[in-house]
Amino acid sequence: MNMIQAVNSAMDVMMARDDNVVVMGEDVGYFGGVFRATAGLQNKYGKQRVFDTPITECGIIGVAVGMGAYGLRPVPEIQFADYIYPALDQLVSEAARLRYRSAGEFTAPITVRSPFGGGIFGGQTHSQSPESIFAHVSGLKTVIPSTPYDAKGLLISAIEDNDPVLFFEPKRIYNGPFDGHWDGPSKNWSKHPGGEVPTGYYRIPLGKANTVREGQDVTILAYGTMVHVCQNVVKETGVDAEIVDLRSIVPVDIEAIEESVKKTGRCMIVHEATRTMGFGAELSALVQERCFYHLEAPVTRVTGFDTPYPHSLEWAYFPGPVRIGEALKNIMKDA
Amino acid sequence: MASEQRANLKPLSLHVPEPKFRPGDEVDFSDIEVPAADAAKRPDVGAHPDTFHELSYGLVRVLDENDRAVGQWNPRLDADVLRRMLRNMAMTRAFDERMFRAQRQGKTSFYMKSTGEEAVAVGAAMALASDDMCFPSYRQQGILITRNYPMIEMMNQIYSNKGDKLQGKQLPIMYSSKEDGFFSISGNLATQYPQAVGWAMASAAKGDTRIAATWCGEGSTAEGDFHSACTFASVYRAPVILNVVNNQWAISSFSGFAGAEATTFAARAIGYGIAGLRVDGNDALAVYAATLWAAERARTNQGPTLIEHFTYRAEGHSTSDDPTGYRSAQEYSNWPLGDPVTRLKNHLIALGEWDEERQEAMDKECADLVRKTQKDAEKNGILGHGLHQPLDTLFEGVYEEMPWHLREQQQQMMAEEEASGRPWARK
Repeated sequence: MNMIQAVNSAMDVMMARDDNVVVMGEDVGYFGGVFRATAGLQNKYGKQRVFDTPITECGIIGVAVGMGAYGLRPVPEIQFADYIYPALDQLVSEAARLRYRSAGEFTAPITVRSPFGGGIFGGQTHSQSPESIFAHVSGLKTVIPSTPYDAKGLLISAIEDNDPVLFFEPKRIYNGPFDGHWDGPSKNWSKHPGGEVPTGYYRIPLGKANTVREGQDVTILAYGTMVHVCQNVVKETGVDAEIVDLRSIVPVDIEAIEESVKKTGRCMIVHEATRTMGFGAELSALVQERCFYHLEAPVTRVTGFDTPYPHSLEWAYFPGPVRIGEALKNIMKDA
Repeated sequence: MASEQRANLKPLSLHVPEPKFRPGDEVDFSDIEVPAADAAKRPDVGAHPDTFHELSYGLVRVLDENDRAVGQWNPRLDADVLRRMLRNMAMTRAFDERMFRAQRQGKTSFYMKSTGEEAVAVGAAMALASDDMCFPSYRQQGILITRNYPMIEMMNQIYSNKGDKLQGKQLPIMYSSKEDGFFSISGNLATQYPQAVGWAMASAAKGDTRIAATWCGEGSTAEGDFHSACTFASVYRAPVILNVVNNQWAISSFSGFAGAEATTFAARAIGYGIAGLRVDGNDALAVYAATLWAAERARTNQGPTLIEHFTYRAEGHSTSDDPTGYRSAQEYSNWPLGDPVTRLKNHLIALGEWDEERQEAMDKECADLVRKTQKDAEKNGILGHGLHQPLDTLFEGVYEEMPWHLREQQQQMMAEEEASGRPWARK
């Protein structure tokens, strides 16, 4: 399966298991979604459970919160993460706080799916990575898969989770892993072990990272598309790096991070999102606080620049093989 | 940068609304049109949304100037129900009086009265089924009182004491009671509107028979959530009642800043294709009748209704507000729709089912009950006097299960408190 099919399969599995799971969003119903993630679901489960919505993100999330309060388990889609901002009030002030402010009387068991990230010439409003905005909000969980296998297992866990979950799908790797060489041939998931996806029910726990490459010299913390870019850079540079795919950024798997950095003594953080106040800053602070006496080099962040996401200069902006390679060289220079 | 003036055109000017009366002004409300109580027609509950023009710009009223219930909207309630309605409203007023004073005495941080608007909450709550879900704003405490929610729980919440079911997590008056169909109140305005629509959609999708009702002030109709909610409600014909409590004031901003100079709030319904009713919000029977009509419309799958309750916010916005700073003190006494409690009382008297002595006795009974309940609630503590929730509850309920970072912070806080020797350290 590719990642779209895996996401589709997760919703299919959950809709079959639980009558309360409903899917809603712009173009998700009859048409099956602009990325085809909900293709076939309306036909299979009916319009009462899979339906198109008006173009109003605050309405989509507000309605989902109300449905959650009734007892449903809504899976709303925001067509692009770049368009989630009209729903911020409903997410931050309502979904995130409902359990807390009602002392558990009401909850918001909703899973907000949204394609995110760049690398597709999406320009300013089809490329953003807003995860740190949500990571800053207590009460929300934020999940970002890097393979079809993870996407399905994590999405099933997210839908079953009784807390509101932001599920960001890196659209650059919907159809295949991306090694960072934008001018190279595109790959599909069929030759990648992460593309092997069981058709039935399985879960990957939220809050647990996945060490995708074991190594001794430096720990790379990444998620989403950047996991694949990092894997390739490590292969090309020959640095014996340990790559930890965080999978969930809230709650983050602090044990996996600590264990790895204490072993390697170095830590590099890679994300597409802009640098200042990005999630890398939190990771860097955690590593510094917990692994200070094990660190042999300053914690390094390789990120998008503090600019809006550009169109024509995308590959100068995107943290690709060159920038990650230089950073790796730099963090290893005293080794 | 000023552009070149066109000699043949007058310069543009920006219209900034201004209320008719400011502090010290003489008040003259003669321009407010109050139609005869029997003027409004009561349409079939299945009427098409495009037939509500008159009802959106008119005023549904039942009680006439002789305190008689008249016209097509007269719900013909029997005297026992009317007396119960009157008592619920009087109790709401007594509760407000007492809790306002408790704030002034420093027993809590904050309070908001609903004086003058009791009919809006009580009339609606009595017309809904007890298991219909309410998504209120912060000024519908009359719903909880009507639904017999224990008053001591309301007070415990206001005092954030050890009896507070919300564990002291919420600002006073932000009640929540799932059991009583009263959705958790949020400080963020109008967010409950699309949530109510979503709840109603869920009820419809599951083949349930329950409906939802929501309330916001006229000021909050300017929020984007109002628009989203009306769009969703219309598109899916959600079984929901969208109440707009037009009490003329959003803190210091008069209703003109929400668009009232140009149109009514009920008339917004027309553009969405929703049935719209404009109701005398100080006429408990009109509120009751309109709610009953809208509930039947919703319950028979014929879609949502938007009800504007035309009323007046008699008191300050909250205990943190002083209305003498922005409006004439005469406004409430001159308000053409009068006082909702007095009007219902006079109606019962006109029917021969009530008298001033019984009213006095009932008012005293309400005040006594509130005072007695307050004493009981204060045994659980008042704000800042130590009888609060255990400190570590601060971390509970952020998530269903506490993640590692909250556990760590909780342990750290408890260790700090233990080390401090302060009274707070006592759990």
